Formats: sequence, C-alpha cells, structure tokens
Amino acid sequence: MNSVHNRRNFLKTGSLTALVAALGSDIVFADHLPKGYIPVLLEEGDALKGKSPEMIVQGDKPWNVESPVHLLDDRITPVDKMFIRNNGLVPEKIDVSNWTLTIDGESAKAPKTYTLADLKKRFKTYTYQLVLECGGNGRSGFQPQTSGNQWGQGAVHCASWTGVRLKDILADVGIKDDAVYIGYHSKDIHLSRDPKKESISRGVPISKAMENETLLAWQVNGQDIPEFHGYPLRLVIGGWPASVSGKWLSGISVRNKVHDGAKMDGHSYRIPRNPVAPGEEVPQTDQYFKIIESMPVKSLITYPKSGAMITAETELALRGHAWAGDRSVKKVEVSIDFGATWKDCKLELPVNRLAWQHWNTRLKFPVKGYYEVWVRATDNNGVAQPMVSPAWNPGGYLNNACERIAVKVG
Amino acid sequence: MKILLVLVAALGMVSNIFTQKPESTNSVGSGLVVAMDTLKRDTQTGLIEDENLYMVKAQCTSCHSSKLILQNRFTRDGWKQKIRWMQANHNLWNLGDTEKQVLDYLEKYYAPTAAVARRAPLKDIKWYKLEQK
Repeated sequence: MNSVHNRRNFLKTGSLTALVAALGSDIVFADHLPKGYIPVLLEEGDALKGKSPEMIVQGDKPWNVESPVHLLDDRITPVDKMFIRNNGLVPEKIDVSNWTLTIDGESAKAPKTYTLADLKKRFKTYTYQLVLECGGNGRSGFQPQTSGNQWGQGAVHCASWTGVRLKDILADVGIKDDAVYIGYHSKDIHLSRDPKKESISRGVPISKAMENETLLAWQVNGQDIPEFHGYPLRLVIGGWPASVSGKWLSGISVRNKVHDGAKMDGHSYRIPRNPVAPGEEVPQTDQYFKIIESMPVKSLITYPKSGAMITAETELALRGHAWAGDRSVKKVEVSIDFGATWKDCKLELPVNRLAWQHWNTRLKFPVKGYYEVWVRATDNNGVAQPMVSPAWNPGGYLNNACERIAVKVG
Repeated sequence: MKILLVLVAALGMVSNIFTQKPESTNSVGSGLVVAMDTLKRDTQTGLIEDENLYMVKAQCTSCHSSKLILQNRFTRDGWKQKIRWMQANHNLWNLGDTEKQVLDYLEKYYAPTAAVARRAPLKDIKWYKLEQK
C-alpha cells in the first residue's frame, strides 16, 4: 500500500545501512527493511510479454516502449507492435465485473455511473481505425535535447478500436450549455504510490469529445484491450496527442473550464504560443504556453527497413503510411536526391476519418551507390512536413521532420 | 645577455605549450566523451559507477527507471529543476545535504553534449541484402 512512502521515510534517515538496504539488497539486509516494503522488481508486470522482440525499451518504470519504424508496416497495427507510453503503474487489481465509469463535473447535469456491461448493452457499438501518436514522438531529433523519453519515430500506431461513442454517453447523462472541456480519470497508480495523486488526467475541448470517432473502447483489433494498453476500458481520441486517450478509464469530468488535471500544465503536452530560440527558457504559464491539439502531418517508410542493399537493375518497391491529425493527407512524395526533386506516390484514402493513409511507389536509381530515400506528406490545407527539424520547444513535441531510409545500390 | 633572455623566454613559451596541451584536450566535453567509453557501468541500472552512485540509486531509481536519467542530458541547474519538479509533483522529499552528491554525480556524467542541430548523417546503418517479395 504505502510501501514507497515507508521506504522514503526510511531513506530520510540517511544512514548508510538504510541506503544500502534500499538499493535492492533486500535479502541480505532483510531485517533492516521497513514493514510493507515491496522490492522494486516485483511491483509491476512485464509490458514486453507478447510484444515483438524488436521493440525498443525507452523506460521500464513507468513502461515506455517504442516500435522500430519497419515494424509498423501492417495496415492495421497488431498489438505486439504497438508502442506503450505509460505515465504511472498499471492498476494492481482489475475487477472487470465491478469496473465502473462515472461521468461527473460542473457541466454534467447530474453524476452518473455505468458498469462495463451497461456500456456494452445499452449503447450502439462502433469500430474505427484511429491514429494514436505520442505528442513527443520524434523528440530525439531536437537539439538541444529536451526532457522526456527520447522517442525515435515509432511512438505511433493505427489500430482498430471498438466501443461506444462518448457523445452518446454524454447525451444520456445530460450536459449543461456551459460545458467547454472533458477530463478523464484513470485507475493507474502514481509513481510515488500516493493514492491521492493522478499519474495523468488530460482531456479535450467538448467539440472534439463530441466527434463520432471519440470512443470509450474495450476492444482493440477485435480482442480485449491488453493490460498495458488500458484494460478493460480506454478513452480513444484519434489525431491528437495519444495522452488524451486515457487508459484504465474510470471517470470523465465534464468541465466548465479547460480541464486542470495532471499533465495539463507546465510544458506537458504544451508548446510556446510564440516561436522560441532552441534552448530558450520559457516561463511555464498559460501566458506563454498553449495546449497541443491536432498532431501535424507526418509520414513513414515502413518497407523496406533502412539499410536495404539491392542490385543495380532492381526497381525498389516502397510503402508506408501518412496521417495529419484532424486533417487528411492529400499528397505523399519521395526523393532520392535529398529533396532536390520529388516523385509523387500512390496514396489511398483513409478507411475512416482519423485513420492513417497507405502510400506506395516504385523507384529506380540512376547509378550505383549510397542513397537516402526521403518521404514527405502534404495535408489537405497544403501544409507539408519540413525536411529539417521543426520549431524547437521545451517539451520536445511535434517533431514531424521528413523520415528517410538508407539504400545501397549495386 | 639579451639573446639569452630571448632564448629563455622562447623556451618558456615552448614548455608552456607542452604543459598546456594535455590539459586543454582533457577539458570541456571531449575528454569526458572519450572517458565515457571506458567508465564502468553499474549492472543493475546501467548508470556510470562512481562513489556517489549509491546515493543516486537510493534517491532516484527506487521510484523511477534509471533510463529516465540515462536518456537525458541537463546542466546542473537543469537537473536541479527536475528534482524540484519531482518534489512539487511526485512527493520526492527534501534531499537535504545529499542533494549535492546527487547533483555532483548527474552534472559529472549526464551533462549536455554538443551535436548537430539540423539533420545528422544516418548512422549505425545495418546493411542487409533486400529480397523483394
């Protein structure tokens, strides 16, 4: 229960014996350990169970696991290739039969609680393919380095989610005219194990919450949502930083102001209102920061994997996906001359709004040698990906610089 | 006499160059980067071994993964800000006198390093023969 607090109190004494004991030498120094101490390694399950062995572990407490880009080749991302970004620890006990969702907040007409069975039985079910991308995907590309998981470009997936529309639930509860925002509440455990603290409690404006594709989902790709992805219930909101898609969902507050839960403040999922120089210190207040909404246009080459060697005569088949947050993608191009010239690719329409779009093309190379194949997507407003890193920001968000692979011909 | 003085001065300059050279190559950044490769890493956490490591492990990695340290590079002040943030938001207690030890360690091994700000050449390419389906 309060083991970490006990351990911390214990550490405050500062005695060497106490410190050494707390380092995990918990058998040797067992008699020095406080009551209720849980060895670090036994606290949480293994998020890598059932995952592809190629997944990249960015962190294991909390779990943050990235997909190498070539693993994202499937049209619908399978669970074993889905990235994990957790802010806290997975709930210790999940009792599905007694799992409830409570809708409350200043702008709910009255609080109302549903069981999982209520949600499944009483409301119409929908299935959508939705792009969930971590707001910090691509963070490792920023210089100077910013704080947080140093993601490459694999903190994104597009899976098929099944559940009920949030707007149907909110209509059933009844919301007041002054509703401006929703904020979710989850059953995960804060890293400090303080039960009064929420690991993360974010949300979206009411207009985004009321979109058809905003789901309270219990299935991904036709199966129960796995433990580390939010079992048994997850809020799923495509096109925005994936941190608005709350896992282990237990509540939604309908707010009459911008939601003020954990990680809605400081530079968490926020960028400067005005462009800043790389490395510039920015006061972490509303005056200087704004909340990230739609994610920017982006594309990936998922086949072939970088490093492909082909013979001189070969035509190379390439493919991948492109997405643009709330918008759609109207053009995908590739370049083999570092952006000097671009070639249009075949681009499919999204299977539904907020799903990624598949692209493919074939390329011939003029002479033997080293090439980089770059890919660039343009959204339906004519906004394209930059080739160099986009605007630096203190949280290292929204790096949608063009991706590339290395190819050797001959 | 004059010639001798000039000669002594010149020798002084030369010897200065010789004595300063090793120092200057060992200072800021580059020396540490080279040293990083030869420093021993703690098997439990992957953090660089040092007399202050036990304190870092006690104060930091009992609550979060050591990867949060390994992935990041901050100045001493930057690391101090992280500690303050954890104290404000994550119930991290006052480190008291041990804060100096923790900051000394983090500043010594996990300080910012210089790098290109545009797009670096692709590195660590694992070449493979592509068999197209």
